[in-house]
Amino acid sequence: MTMTMSKEAFGGNASPWVSRIAMAAIHFFILVLFLQNVTADTWSSIIGLLFAHLYSVVALTYWSRIERTPAGDTVVVALTLEFVLVAIIFWDRASAWPWSTMFGLALVQICAFAAVRYWKELRGAPASAWFGLIVILIYVMVAATAPIIAPFGETEIVGSEYDVWSNKHLLGTDNLGRDMFTRIIYGGRNTVGIAFATTVLAFVLGGLAGLLAAAMRGWVDQILGRSVDILMAIPSFIFALLILTIVGTSVPSLILVIGILDATRVFRLARAVSMNVVVLEFVEAASLRGEGLWWIIRSEILPNILPPLVAEFGLRFCFVFLFLSSLSFLGLGIQPPTADWGSMVRDNATLITYGDITPLLPAAAIALLTVGVNFVVDWFLHKASGLKD
Amino acid sequence: MSQIGKMVAQRLALGLLTLFIVSLIIFGCVELLPGNFAQEMLGRGATPETVAAFNRELGLDLPPHERYVNWLFDMLQGDFGRSLANQREISELLGIRLQNTLFLAAVAAVIAIPLAVSLGILAALYRDSIFDRGVNAMTLTAISFPEFFVAYVLIIVLGVTLNLFPAISNISEELGFWEKVYRTALPALTMTLVILAYVMRMTRAAIINLLASPYIEMARLKGLRPGRIILKHALPNALAPIINVVVLNLAYLVVGVVLVEVVFVYPGLGQLLVDSVAKRDIPVVQACSLVFAATYVLLNLLADVLSIMSNPRLLHPR
Amino acid sequence: MKQVDLQKRNELTQLAKKGRISRRDFMGRAMAMGVTVAAASTMWSNSVPAAPKRGGKMRFGSNHGSTTDSLDPGTFENGGIIHQGYGMRNHLTEVDSDGSLVPELCEKWEASDDAVEWVFTLRKGVEFHNGKTMDAQDVVDSMNHHRGKDTKSAAKPLLAPVKELKADGKNKVVFTLSGGNADFPYTVSDYHLAIMPSTGDGKVDWRSGVGTGAYVKQTFEPGVRGTYKRNPNYFKSGRGHFDEIEFLTIGDVVARTNALSTGEIDAMNRCDLKTVHLLKRNKKLKVEEVTGTLHYTIPMHTDVAPFDNNDVRLALKYAVDRDVLLQVILKGHGVVGNDHPISTANRYHAGDLPQRTYDLDKAKFHLKKAGVTKLSVDLSAADAAFTGAVDAAVLYREQAAKAGIDINVVREPNDGYWSNVWLKKPWCMVYWGGRPTEDMMFTQSLAAGADWNESHFAHKKFNELLIAARAELDEAKRRTMYVDMQTIVNMEGGTVVPLFANYVFAMSDKVQHGPKMAGNWDMDGDKAIERWWFG
Repeated sequence: MTMTMSKEAFGGNASPWVSRIAMAAIHFFILVLFLQNVTADTWSSIIGLLFAHLYSVVALTYWSRIERTPAGDTVVVALTLEFVLVAIIFWDRASAWPWSTMFGLALVQICAFAAVRYWKELRGAPASAWFGLIVILIYVMVAATAPIIAPFGETEIVGSEYDVWSNKHLLGTDNLGRDMFTRIIYGGRNTVGIAFATTVLAFVLGGLAGLLAAAMRGWVDQILGRSVDILMAIPSFIFALLILTIVGTSVPSLILVIGILDATRVFRLARAVSMNVVVLEFVEAASLRGEGLWWIIRSEILPNILPPLVAEFGLRFCFVFLFLSSLSFLGLGIQPPTADWGSMVRDNATLITYGDITPLLPAAAIALLTVGVNFVVDWFLHKASGLKD
Repeated sequence: MSQIGKMVAQRLALGLLTLFIVSLIIFGCVELLPGNFAQEMLGRGATPETVAAFNRELGLDLPPHERYVNWLFDMLQGDFGRSLANQREISELLGIRLQNTLFLAAVAAVIAIPLAVSLGILAALYRDSIFDRGVNAMTLTAISFPEFFVAYVLIIVLGVTLNLFPAISNISEELGFWEKVYRTALPALTMTLVILAYVMRMTRAAIINLLASPYIEMARLKGLRPGRIILKHALPNALAPIINVVVLNLAYLVVGVVLVEVVFVYPGLGQLLVDSVAKRDIPVVQACSLVFAATYVLLNLLADVLSIMSNPRLLHPR
Repeated sequence: MKQVDLQKRNELTQLAKKGRISRRDFMGRAMAMGVTVAAASTMWSNSVPAAPKRGGKMRFGSNHGSTTDSLDPGTFENGGIIHQGYGMRNHLTEVDSDGSLVPELCEKWEASDDAVEWVFTLRKGVEFHNGKTMDAQDVVDSMNHHRGKDTKSAAKPLLAPVKELKADGKNKVVFTLSGGNADFPYTVSDYHLAIMPSTGDGKVDWRSGVGTGAYVKQTFEPGVRGTYKRNPNYFKSGRGHFDEIEFLTIGDVVARTNALSTGEIDAMNRCDLKTVHLLKRNKKLKVEEVTGTLHYTIPMHTDVAPFDNNDVRLALKYAVDRDVLLQVILKGHGVVGNDHPISTANRYHAGDLPQRTYDLDKAKFHLKKAGVTKLSVDLSAADAAFTGAVDAAVLYREQAAKAGIDINVVREPNDGYWSNVWLKKPWCMVYWGGRPTEDMMFTQSLAAGADWNESHFAHKKFNELLIAARAELDEAKRRTMYVDMQTIVNMEGGTVVPLFANYVFAMSDKVQHGPKMAGNWDMDGDKAIERWWFG
């Protein structure tokens, strides 16, 4: 199946001309990148090249799965051109972060491709889901292209402290005289990135272990269950405090520690709901049929427990934000000068006492994303439940 | 029923094992923390001689495994020991704090759990309506704010501006029951807002997940009213996940409220634990962790027993 | 003539303000200067603050205090417990509101000519809360609590120069020092060295909280609250005005501020500097600010390259913009430092010493003179050193970069900062609570061989001056010596002293305090408990 896909992609049957033009455009862009970068350091040019290639492969793969209508083709060509144009126009500003900027740009384009690909289903989505999707898309775009759209550097001190809102500093400056707007943009990039990585880690670890425990039962269930019980018996906040004090608060250790701690919660849920499914007749039947463990998990259990897991994902994602900001309350979160929304709320929290809304901005940013993600989750839940009303 | 009895006994035994391992882990972690008790106590006044004197007097110069065994031995005889820092009996210290913590958790649970579950049921009943979306958006917004921030906003609005409740929960033992409730109102409300969305959404999801089942379809085809379908047919089968979520959140109300305690100056266990970790006061850290762990083990057992009672199929595994 | 009169009048009003003169004496002396009765009377009422009133229940909210606090003064380490300690107990001497030293539990002190032997004559008839009369044995045992091989006291280094300590009868205590020290009476005012009742076996009873102080402990829940009742037999007159005290630990600054604005507490320390200008708008509150001896230092080990070169040190001293640090880190609530640890609140502050400024040309000049083209150094920082230490380090890095100095900020863990970073890393961020006298400050932080000589400073002339000044009893000569020492430290020392921080605290407008508040600690020298009253 994948084979045919890629055949379509490279040279395909529907509109070979369009795909050839696209290929040419992308390689032209790679060339531009390369030329631009010859004078800069070699590593950034190699990384830039790598992402441009990655983009072309992913883009074309996606394109092949998009409905081959003239509208779809137009979108693909337009987006690819935009990718090239944005990259060239903003190269100056982006060259300091070639890898993250290129990756971010590619991510935005891929989102757009995905939107085209799933257009049919999207069209039927309720308004709340649309709202959620648009919010998520904006966040992804802002986070991905932060170095391009932020007017200043993340940690750059650009004015006096606590400047008011003005044309130069859209949202004023913070306690050290850094541009608030810039900090919010970078904060989004850091916070959303870390929260997403952590949540995914928690779900891969916890979900998998939970499914295994439920499907295999016996000693696997016992061992996994007991270990998780022990981990959960220690208050997560205290445990995080201890471990982070020992290993130090770097971003990878934050992701790992919170990811593992959250995985225990996911495990519990996954195991609990799977248990309910495992005892149902069709699973017993499958196992009597002699189906393999992996097959049972994938085909019988997973689809049936997905809805509560997805609902949990929406909330876990937001809990990671909260956990991070709670940690920064005790000085253990993401460390300054890196911008993140949690500690931005913390740093400016006193101002709320005097009716200043500055701390509300990062808090509202978190809230908006949470609401958006969970609206999309709701839509998914609704679709998954198979209800028509 | 006897099968449940057997399971409870087995789980209690496992619980003890869990507590033992937790104590080992905590002990190990505190040992690994940079700095030791004497250094943290003396701050910049620490000289090698005074640190040595501290260690000698408190027996901290013994190797870690010996100290752990000594502690375990005392513990098994029911002796929590004394705080390294101020020589107070830990059992006495813990008693008051635990009482406060449980009191706050109880007040919060009494408000939060019924509210959250009924909102969840209503949201499932009127799913995708304005009501559903509104409640969802509101509770989600509430949990999107860090808990200390929710606390600040509540203090500003209900404490400072409207002057309905005291801004700090300055409670002591001699206060009457209702006075205590009054003074814990703001922290309890904060915690309510923190867990409301979670419990509500999981309740809603658990019910909606069942609505497509054939037997619900059947009930619908029989022409039962939606409210009746949900309460009589969907809810009983959705109980297991709901109970799980509720119990986990009860555990959170007991063990996870350090920041709320800090902001409201509420003398609970969490604050004690954080302070003791900062000073490496191992016996206190151990005792608090064990209390928390025991709380969790017991609530967890409760959740499992309730789940099994709600789904008899779990009693008869293949 | 007129000038002299004015000066005399000022002195007189000063005496009145401090309550050192009765109205009768005041009127007599004023009229002797040719002031009319009516005018003298006005002068008196203007200069004398409203007489303190007794009564009321005072509630303090302090950011300090931990559940691990203990009543053992040897382990006192934060303002909360220090303040409560000052309420419960007294010391041989006391630093007054104006920074001068006055007798507390002693009537007077006398020194031998070489300032080696010190005799403290105790006040008679002072009773502990349990009814026991305080005598010399209590003092000796209280001091020995911090001495000897087995002590766990943080004050051990403080009493290390005491060679011998003995009671001479019931009312005299004799300290013999290993070297002369004119400021020894200041040492015994230290908050660790509280006088507690002896248990008779050479130990003291610290667990009960019994002392001679203005307030008797009722309950003490570490890190939560302490409640106290007025000591009816308190030996000081004009002190200890509140009937009851409730001392709350409120660690979070927002919570503390809210508690004060809703009237749940009457006074708080450590206002949030970011928003204190907004707090001042509240008409029912008073915000007070005292410049004290609290300062931040950035000591370099002067025996470690590249800091062993004085030009490198000077380059680094010129490469920091103190005004910006003052604005950003302290929001202006402090004063810039001049690379020596003596505060404007000290007696012999060298006010004429030119203030060091941010001067990139001079920094580059000294760098060049040192023969270094590209200086790259590590600066260790953690917020355990002081709030904003990491921000300060980051700002310093940006400022020094303009002079071609590359400062690499190393973020250290807060835990164990004082054990693993301070005195260990060649360049780090530190705070000093400050000491009441130049001698104590220099002796502890800059004397060769001192335990806390954080810059490994060993300057021959400086050390000679230090010893000479200690035993010098002539004020003018002493001043010259201390000014010389400040100059040496400023020019050749290894410590960057960028800032002196103010103590900023707030109270309800009902709360009254004397005309001057002490700057040795927060909250009127942490003695608000016995110095303030309700108006």
